[in-house]
Amino acid sequence: MNEGLIIAIIIGISIASVPLIFAAIGELLVERSGVLNLGVEGMMIVGALAGFVIEFHTGSSFLAVLAALLAGMAIASIFAFLTQILLTNQVATGLALTLFGLGIAAFIGRGYSEENIQLISAIHIPLLSDFPIVGPLLFSYNPLVYLAFFMVFLVWWFLFKTKQGLTLRAIGDNHDAAHAIGHNVIRYRVLAILFGGAMAGIGGAFLSLVQVPIWGEDMTAGRGWIAIGLVVFSSWQPFKVILGALIFGGITILQLHAQGFDVRISAQYLSMLPYLATIVILVSLRMRDKNKTNRTMPNCLGRIFHSTS
Amino acid sequence: MIRLIPRTQPSKAMIFLSPLLALTLTAVTAFFIFAFILTDIEVSSVFYTLFVEPLIDTYYISELLVKAAPLIMIALGLSIGFRAGVWNIGAEGQYVIGGITGGAVGLYFYNVEGFWLIPLMSLAAILGGMFYAGIAAFLKTKYQVNEILVTLMLTYVAVLFLSAMLQGPMRNPSGFNFPESRPFHDSALLPIIWQGTRLNIGLIIAVILSFVTWFGIKRHLSGLQIKITGSAPRAAKFAGFDDKKTIWFALLISGGVAGLAGLFEVIGPAGQITPGLPQFYGFTAIIVAFLSRLHPIAIIFSSLLIALTYIGGENVQIYFNLPSSITNIFQGMLLFYFLACDVLIQYKIVFFKTIRQKL
Repeated sequence: MNEGLIIAIIIGISIASVPLIFAAIGELLVERSGVLNLGVEGMMIVGALAGFVIEFHTGSSFLAVLAALLAGMAIASIFAFLTQILLTNQVATGLALTLFGLGIAAFIGRGYSEENIQLISAIHIPLLSDFPIVGPLLFSYNPLVYLAFFMVFLVWWFLFKTKQGLTLRAIGDNHDAAHAIGHNVIRYRVLAILFGGAMAGIGGAFLSLVQVPIWGEDMTAGRGWIAIGLVVFSSWQPFKVILGALIFGGITILQLHAQGFDVRISAQYLSMLPYLATIVILVSLRMRDKNKTNRTMPNCLGRIFHSTS
Repeated sequence: MIRLIPRTQPSKAMIFLSPLLALTLTAVTAFFIFAFILTDIEVSSVFYTLFVEPLIDTYYISELLVKAAPLIMIALGLSIGFRAGVWNIGAEGQYVIGGITGGAVGLYFYNVEGFWLIPLMSLAAILGGMFYAGIAAFLKTKYQVNEILVTLMLTYVAVLFLSAMLQGPMRNPSGFNFPESRPFHDSALLPIIWQGTRLNIGLIIAVILSFVTWFGIKRHLSGLQIKITGSAPRAAKFAGFDDKKTIWFALLISGGVAGLAGLFEVIGPAGQITPGLPQFYGFTAIIVAFLSRLHPIAIIFSSLLIALTYIGGENVQIYFNLPSSITNIFQGMLLFYFLACDVLIQYKIVFFKTIRQKL
């Protein structure tokens, strides 16, 4: 293997991991507030469609990403209303959100399956991007890649360095106590859910705006679910999301290259790897720290909060 | 804004009214969504094709029953797990694996006939589904790995495995390289119970299973155990019920029936193993289970309702060239509204203003 190929693989891994980073960091904040939203897959596909449609009609990447963000929030708001105001079961509501999202995206996107768009181009910083090896590895991605890593930092900063972040974690661990000392549990959770929707929307848009220039109703291919797995993998620690996403991105890319290198295994078995890896990693995580399982899991995750006063 | 006030007693009226309310709201919302999106097609004719036509044509009625059978079976298994708080979301994968293992037995005896063939294939399908769901049970009981994620990831794996099988060992040797198995001969196919249609004995088995489950849950301690573990895991532990046993039981049962449903699709309407085996039944059955409030008999009725959206969805695809995912929109929305309306059983809705007036 030559240098160029290795660089191409590393860039490929980063690009493949970005949608997972977006979706997982959003879900991480949601789960930190004590809410389990299983609708990530649905929010991602809606974001992917919204981004594609706006890019196709306006040609503006900025508007496209904004639309994906808003679309993700819009569909997340259904989940927020049902689970936070009407106190419905979060598992069932999240599943309904995924089914609804997949359905509505395929329905609205029916006219776009044969269209093409211009992919969002990578940045080019004079001098820095031209620097050998370091240039292509660090300074020549498209802006959304940097945004993904920045969001991870932002969520970490919010959770652990701000007063509101502390409150949000307190609500996730004990909503009754947080309510008793006067925090607005519902408001924090609704805002967290909307943030999760926005991130999943951008993550989905990354698929249709950066990875491939087409729209397909099955283009998320389970990435929303893998993102939920990543949150568990991260033990609800923001920076570990990046590590997990890079592992999955790596497996996805290596699997593609293996197919290219004519490895004598059916393509289907190689395509199973990202899904099997999710399971293997979740298991190995538990094997490593058997005694402190769920120590970092928000205590109120998935529990319904109803204030009596 | 609105506020929920707990009722002193669950509302009996709402138990019956909320499903009707949810249905009405779904229809109204769908109407507006379609009217907004479909500028070139008459919405009322889409609605007619979706909901009325399947009910007035005997062919569509038979197809409706064909689709309801696997939904009933899978939803029954899932409802047992959901009662125990065990979330098997990957019934679709167990269904596919059951179709493969059961079908494999049939393909092995492709030139042998016998009354024992279908029972043997069924056994293989049930074991296949149980094994596949058992992976999740093992990982959950041994390593506390979330069964939602494991069953889901395994669903993607199962669909890829099916595709690998159909392009490899299971491909019909005289099938012009199509990724399909040999067609099964008559003694490996389920008997038809309505001549001239595809409706087979699977429906009868599904309905019998509903009643068996109903009695099982009513009569047996294991039913009680499952109910208690689901609603109060700590209390169940004090009562001496084994958490791990419940997880195993719930996943093996739901995996087994899902596997059987997969085989029944293969040796029923399909007649061979095809890439079209996965039809989202495993996911849709989750909705069926919730719509019936996990009650085994109600599952029959909600399966029929959901089967209607399947048939209607296929028809609008053919007539109006709309994507069949229109079915998912309905199902997702129906579940949204149903969950929301069920809140009315336990709570009264009061608007903020009225509260202030009282104060």
